[in-house]
Amino acid sequence: MDTTPLPQVAHQHLVFEDGLALDCGRHLARLEVAYRTYGTLNAARSNAILICHALTGDQYVAEPQPLTGKPGWWELVVGPGKPIDTDRYFVLCANVLGGCMGSTGPRSPRDDGPGLWGTDFPPVTVHDMVAAQRKLVTHFGISRLFAVIGGSMGGMQVLEWAASYPEMVFAAVPIATAAYHSAQNIAFDEVGRQAIFADPDWKGGRYWEDGTIPARGLAVARMCAHITYLSEDALNRKFGRRLRTRPTAPEGATTDGTPTAAPPPSVFSDKFEVQSYLHHQGSTFVRRFDANSYLAITRAMDYFDLAAEYDGNLAAAFAGTRTRFLLVSFTSDWLFPTSESRAIARALNGVAANVSFVEIASDKGHDAFLLDEPDFFRTLSGFLSGCAEHAGLAPSSREESSREEPPR
Amino acid sequence: MNAAAEPIRYVAKNMRLDQRLIAEMVEAGSRVLDIGCGDGALIEYLSRTRGCDARGIEIDMAEVTHAVGRGLPVMHGDADADLAQYPDGAFDYVVLSRTLQAVEKPREVLRQMLRIGARAVVSFPNFGHWQLRWQLLTRGRMPMTSVWGRYWYETPNIHPCTIRDFFDLCTQEGYRVERWLAVDDAGQRSPWRRAPRLANLFGEQALFLLRKA
Repeated sequence: MDTTPLPQVAHQHLVFEDGLALDCGRHLARLEVAYRTYGTLNAARSNAILICHALTGDQYVAEPQPLTGKPGWWELVVGPGKPIDTDRYFVLCANVLGGCMGSTGPRSPRDDGPGLWGTDFPPVTVHDMVAAQRKLVTHFGISRLFAVIGGSMGGMQVLEWAASYPEMVFAAVPIATAAYHSAQNIAFDEVGRQAIFADPDWKGGRYWEDGTIPARGLAVARMCAHITYLSEDALNRKFGRRLRTRPTAPEGATTDGTPTAAPPPSVFSDKFEVQSYLHHQGSTFVRRFDANSYLAITRAMDYFDLAAEYDGNLAAAFAGTRTRFLLVSFTSDWLFPTSESRAIARALNGVAANVSFVEIASDKGHDAFLLDEPDFFRTLSGFLSGCAEHAGLAPSSREESSREEPPR
Repeated sequence: MNAAAEPIRYVAKNMRLDQRLIAEMVEAGSRVLDIGCGDGALIEYLSRTRGCDARGIEIDMAEVTHAVGRGLPVMHGDADADLAQYPDGAFDYVVLSRTLQAVEKPREVLRQMLRIGARAVVSFPNFGHWQLRWQLLTRGRMPMTSVWGRYWYETPNIHPCTIRDFFDLCTQEGYRVERWLAVDDAGQRSPWRRAPRLANLFGEQALFLLRKA
């Protein structure tokens, strides 16, 4: 497996020289926030939507990711005429604090000496991530975001935004998420972390000193996590028990077409399609993500418990809120099951908040929020249009023209 | 009472007759929760034309998705389980249309409605209508009419009641009936406004506006 370090890529970013006070008590002397924007901020600065990305997402929402060249992770949802319509809204997305796509994190130079932070990077929380995003939002002169939207860990940030800065959030859309990380989710994260620790290339977190990465450990962490993003039905549908019919040529095979002798059967050869799929997921992931970032961010997720910040009462986190909420869950998501969204709905009802709550039927598991789910798209775009009407945002030119269409 | 005099300026295409009558009972600018809101026709009308903060609960997920997709604040939930989550006095009106007879605990649902709302608007099909009585008397079988159109073994209406039954329950629970009316099968308001016994015989649907005494 390729253990060369990730290439250094320049990311659009802002530097906040006043740093950031973290929940752990430390003060980051210097804060960098890498971000991307789509669409145009209107004169009143009232049409901004902040998108919060998930654990291994990044700010490249609707354009090719610079390291992989692959389409942005939410291109189905964000763009002109899409559910989050960039003809109408100004979309902003920041790489999370602790991330590895340009925002301050374990790959950044430390502020108290030479070298990189590595595993000495202070433990950050979801609230810290949101506080860093807030600095970016304020920099744009936006006093109130029209909406904050995100799935999975992004949904945790949405909840934290709505609880910590309610006056800055007109509408909140936490998708496939929970108000705390469950013991099962923490357990899966721990398997991933132990896989990284067990890789000799991790070197106690100081792999960056001699130009390698713990590729095998990080790949195993990704494979384990990836299973939790799918569903049994989706795995059965995509792979079933199918065996690979054409094994890859072993190393050193001739390339002129002459058949090489079939390798002897071995317990180590890829057999099932699902195996090679997972291997592929693992090996591509390590070419775009930093292991120490993975440790920092999974820790932040594990420690997320919004109710705990409010004496164990989740409803208290939203007391007096005027934010309009849309909660979305997916039937086959067992990582952040519907019961978690329902618990959030219950807390919001407890303070008589304005809540829409939809469970979308899908067999695609947790990843459904990233995939083509027409019911989800309709729900999201309808909710945003309804909110835009209440917020007094001008309809998009597309909506305007469809309204002006004469009746037949 | 004044609300009834206001003409309905705009009627959503998909509003049922009982929903139009309910809309007349709701004062402009109030906070409304519509339980069993279906596709949200009533809350859409109330928020667009009456300036209400109207929200809905619906048990059928397809209806919820449809309503939210039209920009209406609707959540998946059910009358029996979810009303207990709301704080006291969160709404001015809590609406339950054509659903009371289908909930598991009608008395508890009514109590919750009048805990979380200052007023409750309840509509239900009247089981005391003469056709039902006549069918039961002459045939000795469960009656079937256009309103009560499902066989006894498949009806969701597990708690049918008559207009007189409902008056009794209101007395027993200490609810004041601020307004009530019955409509006949043509959807006309009945002329038996002050005569519950006649309304109970000729009204196919009943509509009540309640508050705690």
